[in-house]
Amino acid sequence: MVEKSSTAPLAEAAPPGARWWNSALRRFIGTRELPLLALIILVVIIMANRNPNFLTIANFRAMAVGFTPTAVIAVGMVILLVAGGFDLSVGAVLALSGTVVARLVLDGVEQPLAVLLVLALGGGIGAVNGVLVTKIKINPLVATLGTLSIARGIAQVMTEGISISGLPSSFGRVGGEQLANIPYMVIIMLVIVVVGDLALRHTRFLRQAYYVGSNENAARLSGIGVDRFRIFAFILTSVLAALAGVLLASRLMAGTPTAAQGLELQVLAGAVIGGASLTGGEGTVLGAFLGIVFIGIISNVMTMEAVSIFWQQAVTGAILIAAVAFDMLVRRRRV
Amino acid sequence: MRTPLLEVTGVNKSFPGTHALKDVSFELLPGEIHALMGENGAGKSTLMHLLSGVYAPDSGEIRIDGHPVMLRSPRQAQAHGIGMVFQELSLAPGLSIAENVYPNRAPTRPGGTIAWGSLYRQTRELLAQFEIDVDPRTLVRDLNITTRQIVEIVKALSLDARMLLLDEPTSALPPNEVERLFDVLRRLKARGIGIVYISHRIPEVMAIADRVTILRDGQRVGTHPIGAVTPDDIIEQMVGRKIADLYPARADSFGQELLRVEGLSHERDFSGISFTLRRGEIVGVAGLMGARRSELLRALVGVNKTTSGTIAISGSPVRIQSPEHAFALGMAYLPEERKTDGLFLKMPLRQNISATALRDFARLGLMSARKEAAVTQAYVERLHIRTPGVNQLVGRLSGGNQQKVMLSKWLVRQPKILIIDEPTKGVDVGAKVEIHALLRELARQGAGILFVSSEFPEIIGLADRILVMVEGRLVGEIPAGQATEQNLMLLSSGYTAREPAAGG
Repeated sequence: MVEKSSTAPLAEAAPPGARWWNSALRRFIGTRELPLLALIILVVIIMANRNPNFLTIANFRAMAVGFTPTAVIAVGMVILLVAGGFDLSVGAVLALSGTVVARLVLDGVEQPLAVLLVLALGGGIGAVNGVLVTKIKINPLVATLGTLSIARGIAQVMTEGISISGLPSSFGRVGGEQLANIPYMVIIMLVIVVVGDLALRHTRFLRQAYYVGSNENAARLSGIGVDRFRIFAFILTSVLAALAGVLLASRLMAGTPTAAQGLELQVLAGAVIGGASLTGGEGTVLGAFLGIVFIGIISNVMTMEAVSIFWQQAVTGAILIAAVAFDMLVRRRRV
Repeated sequence: MRTPLLEVTGVNKSFPGTHALKDVSFELLPGEIHALMGENGAGKSTLMHLLSGVYAPDSGEIRIDGHPVMLRSPRQAQAHGIGMVFQELSLAPGLSIAENVYPNRAPTRPGGTIAWGSLYRQTRELLAQFEIDVDPRTLVRDLNITTRQIVEIVKALSLDARMLLLDEPTSALPPNEVERLFDVLRRLKARGIGIVYISHRIPEVMAIADRVTILRDGQRVGTHPIGAVTPDDIIEQMVGRKIADLYPARADSFGQELLRVEGLSHERDFSGISFTLRRGEIVGVAGLMGARRSELLRALVGVNKTTSGTIAISGSPVRIQSPEHAFALGMAYLPEERKTDGLFLKMPLRQNISATALRDFARLGLMSARKEAAVTQAYVERLHIRTPGVNQLVGRLSGGNQQKVMLSKWLVRQPKILIIDEPTKGVDVGAKVEIHALLRELARQGAGILFVSSEFPEIIGLADRILVMVEGRLVGEIPAGQATEQNLMLLSSGYTAREPAAGG
């Protein structure tokens, strides 16, 4: 009843004829990207003055390479979140893909073919997730928790728990080399983020994500293929997780079955900090990317300030809760 | 002159951007049913919320029994004897009637355990006052909607309420049950309880209220004894202008057949449904709750699966698989529940309008915001949608305007066949008239329209032909002009089911 009463007057309200700065401020906190960007810049300025090693090309390069797998996966995850789903299996898919690609390359499969096979493997896992969730109607938490365990388990079985190393040096090129001082990995990530952001904002196909996630029934009755779209989003997320697995294997020159433990939570945290909602219908790729950049910078800062690595996880959690709490407070006044 | 139970004098209430109530006065006498009417956004809900302690007025005074009071919370309002029954029923379906009537206040034995015996006895006594013979141990989920509504009222009374605020108490009730509720209200009246009765339904207000107060744009337009006004007076005061006709003129000729349904059956909802729809024709489906009218509409557009029967569109047989498929065949379906099934409340107006026809708003796979805005603007003007702009979130529009958005959303596809479940649900009179006129206009341009409505007057006024449905079967067909509320009621209750096509 309290909720009902708070919506009633605003539903009757005329457009706010408030002063310009009021509406500008509203627009500023109304989007998630701008305040987040401002916060990132603020942290960068403070740190640049505190520690001369912070604002250096080497540090930023290391940071960007560090969060590349997370950011690549986040592009798919945020589209899936907007469409009202989510996927916990991405870290496990990443690890499985890394080990499979390493195995294939060691066994003499041509590298491009090995990569394609692994992306297809990712797509297959995504399709399984999608069908379990949309057709068999298993809760996404349960379904993807299941595929998480299966994928992680298979990776362990395949490698007997030991990293696959001894890869040819050509395999490490993408993960280790640079173009004009920018690592290939970072370039790939930026391309995926930019293309993903523009596509989610402007393409007819991805616009469906917002309809599906905002109101599944209305979307269905508007003639949108709800299940088909959700399955697509699961596949996309999983393919990107597989790609992240290949990139990480190339960087480490090894297929590691224990890689990326808990990465799914970082991806989700980044997306939510960037404005996505677990109930669907909201979020942007840019927001999710900035969320992940923010988490990346904060952990970099903590490393520089010699904060224990164990604290970093706790801080990520605190940031996540703070971001969502902030959002709830703003939203309560908006709608 | 009796002292009013409740007296509101010169209250004002503003929210950012609106002056929701301007110098409004209102009084409620003991044993009076005082109707409060107005279009959506006129300020009825705000006034209710002031009386129930949800908001405090900016200025003005509220007196109870002649004494000024400050109502700072719903609990304080209750303490002053004000009971509320809101549109959304607030009962817990999994608990018994007794537990719902006495939440947190159940009589207890020493030691704090609930004294079930006296709880049930007290509840039974309360129910008996309204001649409601239901076991207080019955779970609320097993009650029909009218009994739930009455339980809700009993719950308010159990708090010793002397004033009741009822917000659209009949909106969810089937027509044949309204009288049961009225019976309860008359008993309350006889006991000296004052009732504030908010409703859009003029015939009900004429039947039950003693006085009516009309609000428009946050101001009181007038308070009248019910015997001193006609329905037309009320509408005119609510809308602020004369409304010549509630319903547009009917068509006198129709084009060729658009839709032919023969022997359509569903495994449990309905069976043997046959009818036709022609170009330019508006066909209404009348029936009571449980007639399965909505289920029939949903099956026509492929949401529900049918087991047998045929559907032909413009003479060619079709097998409709999904809403997507139905749309491709030139059908559009407007669901009854606009919030849960029809609209994307968190999305802007223009993106709601484009949802059914994304292809038309995209070039080379990219959405054109400019085209969305232009088309939306055209609908905003054509349907008089009141909105600050095409980027407004649909959830912030009033009910009537949301209904118009929903209509626009499907008109974008320029359907040949429109299938509408409750075209004006929860919409005020002004918007109702506009929607009716628009539907007639669409029919005149060659569309065929099939609609369901729970309001008999709407069916009688709008339809060219009326189908009556009872428990999943079509039991009669009445041409426009021969239908009355009485014969619709009779047919809908299944009395003359043996003789279909009753001619008058």
